[in-house]
Amino acid sequence: MTLVCVKDLHKSFGDLEVLKGVDLDVAPGEVVAIIGRSGSGKSTLLRCLNQLEQHDGGNIEIAGQRLDAEAMAPSELSRNVGMVFQSFNLFPHKTVGENVMLAPVVVRGVNKQEASRVAREVLDKVGMLEKFDAYPAQLSGGQQQRVAIARALAMKPKVLLCDEVTSALDPELVGEVLLVLEALAEEGMTLILVTHEMKFAHDVADRVVFMHHGRIHEQGDPKTLFNHPRTPELRQFISAVR
Amino acid sequence: MGLTLDFLALSPYVGELARGLVTTVVLTVVTTLSGLMLAIVVAYLRVHAATWVRRILGGYVELTRNTPFIVQLFFIFFGLPALGIKIDAITAAFLAMTLNLAAYTAEILRAGIEATGRGQLEAARTLGMSKFQSYRHVVLVPAFARIYPALTSQCIIVMLGSAVVSQISVFDLTYAANFIQSRNFRSFEAYLLVTLVYLLLAVGMRQLFLLVGRRLFAFRQGGQA
Repeated sequence: MTLVCVKDLHKSFGDLEVLKGVDLDVAPGEVVAIIGRSGSGKSTLLRCLNQLEQHDGGNIEIAGQRLDAEAMAPSELSRNVGMVFQSFNLFPHKTVGENVMLAPVVVRGVNKQEASRVAREVLDKVGMLEKFDAYPAQLSGGQQQRVAIARALAMKPKVLLCDEVTSALDPELVGEVLLVLEALAEEGMTLILVTHEMKFAHDVADRVVFMHHGRIHEQGDPKTLFNHPRTPELRQFISAVR
Repeated sequence: MGLTLDFLALSPYVGELARGLVTTVVLTVVTTLSGLMLAIVVAYLRVHAATWVRRILGGYVELTRNTPFIVQLFFIFFGLPALGIKIDAITAAFLAMTLNLAAYTAEILRAGIEATGRGQLEAARTLGMSKFQSYRHVVLVPAFARIYPALTSQCIIVMLGSAVVSQISVFDLTYAANFIQSRNFRSFEAYLLVTLVYLLLAVGMRQLFLLVGRRLFAFRQGGQA
């Protein structure tokens, strides 16, 4: 059984072909880390999965629902896919609690009490409950990112996409965010992460996918992939980031 | 120089002055609120509506911003009856001021909306919000926070500009001054007093906007935007 099924995915920006036929299946509960140089197409792949970019060719199916060239209504897509961004993107004029409650109330029509209960639950999970009434500007980057994760979780997505979620953080704040993701992985959340944290990919991911020039160049379980890379490109990439 | 000031000559007309002041204040408060609401709608439609709607609204905004307010007022009050649309002076004043403020504010607001980060819109979208939901809940308040100083000035300009409605016989503050000096010929005193009242109104409005803004946009005080 697969939750996310990507077949022969193509995407170009003008003359530049960024994705040149990507196939990827993700099982429920699986944690997939996508690594690769910048420009290899890994962020574009992630953004196609939630239609922030429209793919030009191929198929994407998530939880049995096909994403066609015709964009799906955002409310429909948000039942399946959640997203956490590199730059947090919390709503600056809303408190932590309001950030988390907004979409369930506005999009799903959940009543305020229930939304508040869910918000407290997910904020507790990321260790941010005590900041319920704080504004984003009063939080550190790591705290903001944890709230952003809670905000995505409040919509109860089947798969959570994480686009370089620690890249904008000061080094000492990276750990707290990775711990939250690790806990989510252990709980059985399906995660697809684009990441530069090789140690995290190695320790937490079930599978690591190496992208190169718009294709999946090599993939496998992390231990094998990192210790015995088969292709010279991956070997070079690993030695460059270590 | 034989000018001797006699402010006591104004005292029989306190009633007229009060009536004028109330009219000016009510005109300002109501048109500020209605103008802002209209501007919020216009600013949204100018981005998201069908092309023909966008064209019409663009025409309205440009027409309003490039013609004198007094001509707009005269057109509504004296011109429209030729089309069979007859409205009384105070309604014409409300209408002209609302349309005027809304056009300027829609344009100012557009700059505030365009400064919205792409990430904010993408976050709203991935959380399932429609364009309208994202405008209302994500875009609007920070956009207002950005343009608030310009907005404050625009509302004060409309309050001061409301003096023009005395020309279609609306009994506002300026009309009161005209009325008084035509009776007692004390134009210096009458206009000096009314000038001071307008000044106080403008200063008071600025303070009020500052206070309201501080409450409304408290989220900004944490540090970065």
